[in-house]
Amino acid sequence: MSSTKYILGLFADPDEMMHGIDTLQKNSVPIYDVYTPMPIHGIEKKLGIKDSRLGYAAFMFGCLGGTTIFSMAYYMLVQDWPMNIGGKPAFAIPDFVPITFEWTVLFTAFGMTLTFFYATHLFPGRTPRVMDLRATDDRFVIAIDAQGNIPHEDITNLLKEAGAVEVKHNDRKYVSYE
Amino acid sequence: MNNSHSFDGQFEFKGTAKTWSIIMIAVGVIGLIAGFLTNGERTFADLLLNGYYMSCVCICGIFFCAVQYVAQAGWSTAVLRVPQAFAKVLPYAGIILLVIIIAGLFTTHQGPNEEGKITTIPYLYKLWALKGVTDPHSENFDAVITAKSGYLNTWFFLARLAIYLGSYSLIGRMLVKYSNNEDELGGMFNYNKSFKMSVIFLLVFGFTVPLFAFDTIMSLEAHWFSTMFGWYNFAALWVSGLSVITLTLILLRKAGYMQWVTEDHLHNLGQLMFGFSVFWTYLWFAQFLLTWYANIPEEATYFYKRWEPQFKPWFWLNIIINFLAPLLTLMSRDSKRKVQVLQAACIILICGHWLDYWQMIMPGTIGAAKGSEWYTILSPIDLALFVGFAGLFIFMLLTALSKFKSLIPKKHPLLEESLHHHL
Repeated sequence: MSSTKYILGLFADPDEMMHGIDTLQKNSVPIYDVYTPMPIHGIEKKLGIKDSRLGYAAFMFGCLGGTTIFSMAYYMLVQDWPMNIGGKPAFAIPDFVPITFEWTVLFTAFGMTLTFFYATHLFPGRTPRVMDLRATDDRFVIAIDAQGNIPHEDITNLLKEAGAVEVKHNDRKYVSYE
Repeated sequence: MNNSHSFDGQFEFKGTAKTWSIIMIAVGVIGLIAGFLTNGERTFADLLLNGYYMSCVCICGIFFCAVQYVAQAGWSTAVLRVPQAFAKVLPYAGIILLVIIIAGLFTTHQGPNEEGKITTIPYLYKLWALKGVTDPHSENFDAVITAKSGYLNTWFFLARLAIYLGSYSLIGRMLVKYSNNEDELGGMFNYNKSFKMSVIFLLVFGFTVPLFAFDTIMSLEAHWFSTMFGWYNFAALWVSGLSVITLTLILLRKAGYMQWVTEDHLHNLGQLMFGFSVFWTYLWFAQFLLTWYANIPEEATYFYKRWEPQFKPWFWLNIIINFLAPLLTLMSRDSKRKVQVLQAACIILICGHWLDYWQMIMPGTIGAAKGSEWYTILSPIDLALFVGFAGLFIFMLLTALSKFKSLIPKKHPLLEESLHHHL
């Protein structure tokens, strides 16, 4: 058995890459993932990628932020140290709205960013894991899990036929580790 | 993706749409006659409300086109004919609004003035268009209004309204003309001209739309003022206009027209409706919070009237229907892409912003005189006239739409981008 872990088909053109995906799918070769230097419309649908659940996380973080500051303001301004400000009642809900709004937005923004970093294994200072460095520059890369997908030669030929400018048989999953 | 649409199909205005719009107009006419027989003051307030609403929706069509051209947005090309039809209706809507205002200013009746004394007052703008309001010897003399009368006097007021509506209509007409011309000739020439005209429109519109709201609506309660009022009205104009544009598109699609409009286009419009509902709330709240907190009598008078126990339910309903309803229905991606949900949201927002305008207008126009219904009641005349104006708008809109040779600007330079729009 060969030591190849992943087969990468490198395309120079997004349309040819989309064609490559079609060819592979027609021949029932499962695609591990696709890496492109820019967003490509319609690719999620083609690869059958599920909708992102980031929105739900954002909603939950927003609720958390709003609840946190509302309770905090309530504790401080009503429970612990009620003050007479312009003759308004201590529990003056309209006054609480701006800060509740701000914290909802703040928690949503930070929460979404952190969730995104967590889900994509990114974090400031961490070396990103990349399967092929040129996927961040000018190559459109289709990655195929080599284990269980044989014969490798056939896959190589399919990619070449579809217009791949280069096909790599990599022994390591990522070219860069921490 | 199916791109083999025929762009040459024209819209035909006939059948149920025509019948229903005429029935709705008939309801409005009956409401109008019944209104004048029972309560002229309320009928005039309703006419102003609906005339203003209709004009605002038409202005929103021009604003939509102008924003798309200035932003050089590609996605909207497929839907552009609908706001263009709105722009074509504006001259008529503007004339209707002007006629209502002129009639309201120059016809008078016996009613209570600010102090509750019965005197001869005009039907609309009774606070400042009252006879003798600037004359120190008259019993109607009002020092506050006199100080404002350099700006707030009948002729300057009418001239301003004519200038706003006239310039918007003119620019709207030019944009439609360029687009029709583009259909014939192709090329970038008309697109570039539309771009320039849109820039001019946004400049004119940005400076005059707050004044339009100040003049038409805020001057009903001329002792009171709020600098937020103009933008608050602009937000209402934009949200309600977007809702009407989206609803028109959905119904046209259901009737078999404009099949190139995909759920991606509707998704974009849904996003705009969602976002600007929040913007509307932000402005509404900014106006409310500062007034409530500062509690200065001359500012608080506006909310005082709207916080009368009988009126308070309407006040809160306004926030529920215009903020919470779109927030919760349009937040998720799926609901913006499901036509039925989006359609329901459009209808909610259209009714919601009618209620919003109703709240702005009624307390300042309807007095507590004998025989006049108090402003806290939603009367059948209100509803009949709303239905009537909706019918009139549908009739004029669909007539304007049926005059376009094609339902898409088929030689627009960004057409392909729009047909392949994907979110």
